[in-house]
Amino acid sequence: VRPRLARWRVLKVEAVGAMVELTAAVPGEEEPWPGQFYDLACPGDWRLRRPMSYFRRAPGTMSFLFRVVGEGTRRLAGLTPGEDLEVLGPLGRGFPLTAQGPHVLVGGGSGVPPLWDLARRLEGQVTVWIGGRGAADVAAADLFPGLAEVQVVTEDGSRGLKGLVTEALPREGTFYACGPVGMLRAVATHAQRSGQKAYLALEAIMGCGFGACLGCTVPLAHPDPRQGAYGRYARVCLEGPVFPAEEVVL
Amino acid sequence: VRPDLTVALPGLRLKNPVLVASGTFGYGREFASFYDLSRLGGIMVKGVSPEPWAGNPGVRIYETPAGLLNAIGLQNPGLQHFLQVDLPWLAQFDTAVVVNVVGHNVEDYCTVARAVSVPGVAALELNVSCPNVEGGLDFGTNPEALTRLVAAVKEVTYLPVIVKLSPNVTDVVAVAEAAVQGGADMLSLINTLVGMAIDVDTARPVLGNVTGGLSGPAVKPVALRMVWEVSAAVPVPVIGMGGIVGWRDAVEFLMAGASAVAVGSANFVNPWAAPEIVAGLEDFLARRGVARVADLVGLARRQQPWQS
Repeated sequence: VRPRLARWRVLKVEAVGAMVELTAAVPGEEEPWPGQFYDLACPGDWRLRRPMSYFRRAPGTMSFLFRVVGEGTRRLAGLTPGEDLEVLGPLGRGFPLTAQGPHVLVGGGSGVPPLWDLARRLEGQVTVWIGGRGAADVAAADLFPGLAEVQVVTEDGSRGLKGLVTEALPREGTFYACGPVGMLRAVATHAQRSGQKAYLALEAIMGCGFGACLGCTVPLAHPDPRQGAYGRYARVCLEGPVFPAEEVVL
Repeated sequence: VRPDLTVALPGLRLKNPVLVASGTFGYGREFASFYDLSRLGGIMVKGVSPEPWAGNPGVRIYETPAGLLNAIGLQNPGLQHFLQVDLPWLAQFDTAVVVNVVGHNVEDYCTVARAVSVPGVAALELNVSCPNVEGGLDFGTNPEALTRLVAAVKEVTYLPVIVKLSPNVTDVVAVAEAAVQGGADMLSLINTLVGMAIDVDTARPVLGNVTGGLSGPAVKPVALRMVWEVSAAVPVPVIGMGGIVGWRDAVEFLMAGASAVAVGSANFVNPWAAPEIVAGLEDFLARRGVARVADLVGLARRQQPWQS
């Protein structure tokens, strides 16, 4: 799908635990692939766009779920119903949908959003594992579609199991993960040990979001020797953000 | 009557004065899905080195107020890839292709300059001012070395040579004069300002390269001042850049003395920034009854105030 610039009308901005869900009215056909992202324009004076995976979708609406960490997300969270949200997208390559179940989806911290549509689109048994420090970090667990089984793990035990989400995962299944680098590494190791496939959605600071600036690169595990030194890195925005775990060095 | 947007530079004719700055536009491919690149006055492509370069590890880009720091490290697929893949692809567009040349030493620059002196390339831009690679900034801060480099490159090419100046110097005019003395046909300025950021949670520099180049609206006043000073001091045309986001910024640079401008970081936030600036500039000239964009060049310095 060719990325487009669009202006969507903000419908609501609501707190979901420690996160914010920004929902907009999306006119026409918008068919992103799970794991793809949009580059959101920050209101106000000059800022880079903020790349974000979309979270929930319904006919005519789409939402983004994020934590307010700096000026850009603060401005986005400050949008009010009726205002415009300018987006560029959909961008990047998402998760494959062809694997056989069971499917094990793992989201940590701000990494939960891309799993929502993925849980809906995968066929077969889907379990979503959501991890965070405490109950406020995992509140999005309540918003997942009914057909998926959701398991919650918190470090302080304030909701669900106590511990790290990566310690609670089953052995069998195809793994799909998004979250902090430490969590992604743990999921990759876990899947590799049990001989399972893992797909990781990476987070990165991006300049452009569409492949031009080379600012969001990740080292490749097996660079193409024909590209020489140039092939050492892949762009998270264009070749990713989803990579098979064995292809990248985190 | 529509205003005349063409720009006549030494050995280089532009259909309009708006180029895109090297390092912000790749080799054009990513932007061709947004608009017809023939709308641009020119494309200053990503720096080309003799061999492929990997670029820097770690965090390469970081936003700061009204700007961004980058430490990409001139990652590029190298000269042969440019000649075999990118340049033939660029030939489909009616726009001036300016090849940004990078290297670690005089020989590197001459290797690339000689090899890209082929049909389809309109001019060379010597990147002697990249703050993110070893040796890259040396030529741009040492006037004697710069004069020798430019003279050496002029020996191996028939193309007009633009020298891209660094703002990271005490006296930009002295460096500009050194480039002209070496035979530079034009100057472009500014490259990025060296800066840095620190993550207070980890107490470490944010960028993998520790320091990076600052660009975006934050640097525009500095860039404008340097264009003003350099264009008054040297006899060759200047291409102005640094924080141009909209047509008003472009007009400021032209009025300061630039003959053409380049749009850089703005491409990231608004991929259509450059063609929108072309349109805005044309509207401005028409609205003010200015026949030719060349009439704006250096206007802010003229004794007679502009009839408004």
